[in-house]
Amino acid sequence: MDYDTNYDMDRSRKNTGSRRNDGDDKARRIALLGLYTALAILMGYVEALIPFSFGIPGMKLGLCNVVIVFVLYRTGWKEAVLISAIRVCVIGFLFGNLFSIAYGMTGTMFSILVMTSLKRSKQFHVIGVSAAGGTAHNIGQILIAFLVTPTLPLLWYMPVLMLAGLVTGVLIGIAAELVMRRLPQHG
Amino acid sequence: MKTRIDRTASRTGGFIGKSDVCLIAAIAVFSAFMLFFYLYSAAHVKRPMLNITVENQEYGTYDLAEDRVIEINDTNICEIAGGQVRMLSADCPDQICIKSKAIDRNGGSIVCLPNRVVLRIIDAAESNAPDSIAG
Repeated sequence: MDYDTNYDMDRSRKNTGSRRNDGDDKARRIALLGLYTALAILMGYVEALIPFSFGIPGMKLGLCNVVIVFVLYRTGWKEAVLISAIRVCVIGFLFGNLFSIAYGMTGTMFSILVMTSLKRSKQFHVIGVSAAGGTAHNIGQILIAFLVTPTLPLLWYMPVLMLAGLVTGVLIGIAAELVMRRLPQHG
Repeated sequence: MKTRIDRTASRTGGFIGKSDVCLIAAIAVFSAFMLFFYLYSAAHVKRPMLNITVENQEYGTYDLAEDRVIEINDTNICEIAGGQVRMLSADCPDQICIKSKAIDRNGGSIVCLPNRVVLRIIDAAESNAPDSIAG
């Protein structure tokens, strides 16, 4: 089997020479990002089906982050931010309310910030990046909940959610790495 | 035909390394520390009371030993029963407060974020409000 080495959709944002039409590049990129976004939304739907909270409000599986980590490593943080923003809004409208959009947005943005910094430092592998991202996600959510309702007991949720974010982050990292190994970049 | 998965195909440099383990251990230790701190401070509650605040204003403080049903501003209803507090009903869309675990003398809190209602267990000494509301 021979792959078309010019057919590298993930690299189309970076400059790989003038071998292709610009129009082609953009179209492929838009289609691919749309696919990733749809996948992220689908993950959110699956998450809504699985009750994972064990009585602790705000605890989730974080399945969407497999897509986010994947996009972060393959394409870039800007695409990850875009997909996250859209995903939070759509899932919020479908399954949640305005509050869940606000919490989700700060959670994912803080998470992507942390993940990008860790990834850029080139000191950490996928599991570390993803675990820190999961923890940051939950910390971000608690912080905004605290801004809305400043009660000290709320902060005591932090250790529980941090640990939960850590565990799910590790699992998501493993999943993302396994996916990336099976979808090698062409070219 | 079994496909061989190339470990280097992901180009991420691998699953995990020493720095990742250190990072995860650091976060885990830090949150375990926070957890112990919280449990330690909560375990010393001598006379636990339920403290209710709405929009950060004191709504009332109630002794956990007395079973009762408390209506909060016709948006939430909670009850004290057998030394435990749970939220019975709320008009919020996500109902997270209803699904939360019951809280008891060990401490904890139930929060209804959309209605800004916070139920928490405090020590009698902490509260500025009257120790119980009759009627």
